[in-house]
Amino acid sequence: MVNQSISELLQTQVQQAVKNGHRLNIVGGGSKHFLGRQGQGATLNISQHRGIIEYDPHELVITARAGTPLQEIEHALADKQQMLAFEPPHFGEHATLGGTIAAGLSGPRRPYAGSARDFMLGCKVLNGKGEIMQFGGRVMKNVAGYDVSRLMTGAYGTLGVILELSLKVLPRPAASVTLFNECSEADAILFMSGLLSKALPVDACCYYKGQSYVRLSGSKQSVVDAQKKLLGERLNQRSHFWQRLREHELSFFNRDKPLWRILVKPTTPTLAIDGEWLLDWGGAQRWLYSDADAADIRKIVQQYNGHATLFRNGDRHDVFQPLAAPMQLLQQRIKTSFDPDNVFNPGRMYAEI
Amino acid sequence: MTGEAPKPTPTEQLIQAFQQLLPDEAVLTDTEDLRPFECDGLSVYRRLPMVVVLPETVEQVQAIMRLCFAAKVPVVARGAGTGLSGGALPLEDGVLLSLAKFKQILDIDPQNAMATVQPGVRNLAISDAAAAHGLYYAPDPSSQIACTIGGNVAENSGGVHCLKYGLTVHNILQLKIVTVDGELLTIGSETLDSPGYDLLALMTGSEGMLGIFVEITVKLLAKPERAQVVLAAFDDVTKAGEAVGEIIAAGIIPAGLEMMDKLAIQAAEDFAHACYPRDAEAILLCELDGSNAEVSEQIMTVHKVLKQSGATEVRTAKDEAERQLFWKGRKSAFPAVGRISPDYYCMDGTIPRRQLPKVLRFMSELSNEYGLAVANVFHAGDGNLHPLILFDANTPGELQRTEEFGRRILEFCVEVGGTITGEHGVGMEKIDQMCVQFQSAELSQFHAIKKAFDPENLLNPGKAVPTLHRCAEFGAMHVHNGQLAHPELERF
Ligand SMILES: Cc1cc2nc3c(=O)[nH]c(=O)nc-3n(C[C@H](O)[C@H](O)[C@H](O)COP(=O)(O)OP(=O)(O)OC[C@H]3O[C@@H](n4cnc5c(N)ncnc54)[C@H](O)[C@@H]3O)c2cc1C
Repeated sequence: MVNQSISELLQTQVQQAVKNGHRLNIVGGGSKHFLGRQGQGATLNISQHRGIIEYDPHELVITARAGTPLQEIEHALADKQQMLAFEPPHFGEHATLGGTIAAGLSGPRRPYAGSARDFMLGCKVLNGKGEIMQFGGRVMKNVAGYDVSRLMTGAYGTLGVILELSLKVLPRPAASVTLFNECSEADAILFMSGLLSKALPVDACCYYKGQSYVRLSGSKQSVVDAQKKLLGERLNQRSHFWQRLREHELSFFNRDKPLWRILVKPTTPTLAIDGEWLLDWGGAQRWLYSDADAADIRKIVQQYNGHATLFRNGDRHDVFQPLAAPMQLLQQRIKTSFDPDNVFNPGRMYAEI
Repeated sequence: MTGEAPKPTPTEQLIQAFQQLLPDEAVLTDTEDLRPFECDGLSVYRRLPMVVVLPETVEQVQAIMRLCFAAKVPVVARGAGTGLSGGALPLEDGVLLSLAKFKQILDIDPQNAMATVQPGVRNLAISDAAAAHGLYYAPDPSSQIACTIGGNVAENSGGVHCLKYGLTVHNILQLKIVTVDGELLTIGSETLDSPGYDLLALMTGSEGMLGIFVEITVKLLAKPERAQVVLAAFDDVTKAGEAVGEIIAAGIIPAGLEMMDKLAIQAAEDFAHACYPRDAEAILLCELDGSNAEVSEQIMTVHKVLKQSGATEVRTAKDEAERQLFWKGRKSAFPAVGRISPDYYCMDGTIPRRQLPKVLRFMSELSNEYGLAVANVFHAGDGNLHPLILFDANTPGELQRTEEFGRRILEFCVEVGGTITGEHGVGMEKIDQMCVQFQSAELSQFHAIKKAFDPENLLNPGKAVPTLHRCAEFGAMHVHNGQLAHPELERF
């Protein structure tokens, strides 16, 4: 019941803000404050709205309040040999489930298992009129009404306050091995994209400092068999390589320059932009530290139908790839449909939404 | 009076404009030509459109939309018309826009494991075209030989493999859509995500209400090294339902996990001779795929779990031919049931799996109450029910009783924490049940979203999302558990 009153309190805060024409900056654990554009408005803290509401491993679904620490969720799942298969980055010990979904970030397993939004099943949200609404559900398949839950994922809180959410979870693989192998970047790109059409139990793949890394996961024997089909040496599990990659704790990420997140098709060749590169997601997500001009970076990336986000540091004004005019107008209308008075996280994604 | 011809009506003007735009055979107005378009797979709803247009280029679709937008005439898109909720049901005063001529596979890109296709391409045709590269398109609705990828996106269709490989929404990357006023927009991208809001998810399952899909880029997957199917028989439906949860609790995500009850088993067996045990109360089909070793290990685990759950018989398909045969029985369950009854009505609710025994009990009580038999086929792994209610449309009143029976099943799905539709969509059919599942705030939000795309309400109007007015009327007639739906609304 305590949580009930917290959600009512949040609702009142939102209604007050609407009435007084104030803006709200939604904050969970504050671990992702560096992402996106600068937050504006009075803080709406949701971290007290926490706790797992329902988790039945047989159903492969967990429902929790948005302020629940991500760690708490992951521990509860690990107890039952299950996991959030999109391997969300925490970026700090206070990361909450709500912030994770609002930022829509996914870790190394993303190309092989799906993204945060792929696992989103349903949510309870507060809209910009202070109404509590419920979308989706706690079941795997649901096509009643538009898919608002997935729309909320990665919307940076600009469409509403997520109060509760349900995610699909998966069993943890019984075994997992990482192989690393020295090669050139061009060879790595070929190798990693080539894995997409091979029936191998790959669930992570990256290229860093002249080495390709492939993680194989599944039953014990299946991992043993798969290793025989690939070159490379076994990486010591204790290096926690993938976790450090996910959390940006590898030495590569020890830089002060602007960090770009670049999304392209896996086969995209080495891009002609000066800087230091790390290729994750089998080449589909590339991290770049570079002082190059933002417009130049975007221009080159766009030639390959990709897009670039200024992830850390740099000029935080122009963070996400600009949208073409008709798309921008459409997105603005969608924002207005949820939050007509522009109360939530104004300008966090784009100046206009 | 002068001999001047009367001024053409706005409708005639619109049709003339279509005739200028398209070849003669691509603009249909004669009743007998319109007849094939009068319904989708849910043939209890029928209506002739004002005109059918069959464009074959994106520019033509844009021009059609511009004309309709200017004339404020509604448009209903149609793929193959296999939908099961009346989504493609035409409007008398509207244009039916068929995408049947958009049949080209534009590109297969094996290196990036993706394919770009036109919306009228059949679901199975994509996998056929990708097969040469060892790839396939994962979502496989039972209607896959006929249904189009455009329809799949509009309904967020699933199939027997979606527990492991996801629904349509998990397997597409990019859409090109024509908006209500004829603009061409790209939604999503060839990369794994795109800037701004995730409109790709919003478009998937939007039932033709937000835009017309004219090009679709799908993800392809590598064909697994091995796939095996295990068939288990049970003398009790509840035990079969519990076995499903136990398999998942054992850490296995089967590629497919399907259940059929006795009536469905017998019908399928008579139709497809799939070697099903005819006397079983329920069977489970559990498909395992992956590497050779993984599949072997999982088959052993699954055998053990099934036995412990009380299976009376557990069989592994001895070869690929038998595997195909086991699936043939399941995939032809609908037509098989169609043979044992003059008509059948397919429902599509989803429930939390643990509620299965309760829901099955409820359905058999209702079956007695209404005097109508029910055959159950069930995407058990996802908790997606497909009760098939057997009836005879020629018996006066039986269709109405069937519909009422169906509605009560769906409302019970909501009551136990599930939903009124897992994969067939709301369309025309379940529009009133939307009032049971959602409150006014959510319905208003849906309308607001629709308005962001379609301010004049011209795309498939009247489907998928009920007006609050309609819910108020429905609520007035329909007091649920002693509670009036939408008490805040005035009664009409
Ligand atoms: C025997 C049988 C078995 C079935 N099995 C399954 C199953 O296992 N799983 C499942 O999910 N479904 C199943 N279905 C339902 C149906 O096949 C799916 O809903 C399918 O996706 C519909 O595709 P279609 O091309 O026939 O679309 P249609 O019926 O023509 O249209 C469906 C909806 O999509 C819209 N639409 C179609 N094309 C476009 C477009 N290009 N742009 C915008 N909107 C568009 C229409 O307006 C309509 O609202 C089954 C149907 C039958 C008859």
